Amino acid sequence: MPNAAFHPEAIAPALLKAGHSGWLGLQYRDHGADWVELELPWREDLVGEGESQVLASGPIVSLMDMASGLAIWIRFGEFRAVATLDLRIDYQRPARAKSAVIGHVTCYHLTRSAAFVRGIAHDGDPERPVATMAACFMTLPHIGMRPGAG
Amino acid sequence: MPDSRPVLPAYARSLGIEFAEPGDGAPIVSVAFDQAVEGRPGHLHGGAISGLLETAGYALLGSELAEAGRPSTMKPINITVQFLAAGKRETTYAQARLTKLGRRTANITVEAWQSDPARPVASAIMNVMVQE
Repeated sequence: MPNAAFHPEAIAPALLKAGHSGWLGLQYRDHGADWVELELPWREDLVGEGESQVLASGPIVSLMDMASGLAIWIRFGEFRAVATLDLRIDYQRPARAKSAVIGHVTCYHLTRSAAFVRGIAHDGDPERPVATMAACFMTLPHIGMRPGAG
Repeated sequence: MPDSRPVLPAYARSLGIEFAEPGDGAPIVSVAFDQAVEGRPGHLHGGAISGLLETAGYALLGSELAEAGRPSTMKPINITVQFLAAGKRETTYAQARLTKLGRRTANITVEAWQSDPARPVASAIMNVMVQE
């Protein structure tokens, strides 16, 4: 099957409305030839440890995982069922209180069966990341083409 | 026996994570399968599994620090999650092990499983900054 162009801006609203992404309220922002940018809005019930008004780290993992899937499909030029093999996040600093977090993920290499991604999460200034992520995904050839993640 | 378990953070409670029945060892947290944790249709989302793993890590570290008389702020340094099997439409559990508790950092390993603890669906290593 030829690589039809994959249009994340067209698919994202429906994709991000479902399941865990919908629960988090993830929003599509932008994309390029091998990257995508999603936003995780701040919400009171998503804050983490302590008294702070800072988004928990768990939702940031979800944001980066979801953006990874989209970046991979953009680079493939189509949907392929993928599974996260491993994912690492280094937290540079807490996000600002009551601030949304933006996840920018690039798929920098593809093989027949693996996809490699890296990205940053920031709260307004990409030069000052909140977190840095690297992950590896496997493609699942025998699973249906419905979009999803994780 | 008084319940010395820390209160789960807002995010964890909102996602539906709760403490499972206390046993002898580290606290076990669980999350039931529903829409809030669903990724690929019928499967657990990797981000939700990560959130569960992290919650188990903080729950254990928080209780160990309290027991040691070291009330502290816990800040994430990093987390590496390995996804070992697709999470099915079932309740998922997670339990952590404090590999090392130092003066400034803690190293924690966590496993998540569904019906069989011997067949984990994901594992994680977390480094956490501890500030008294």
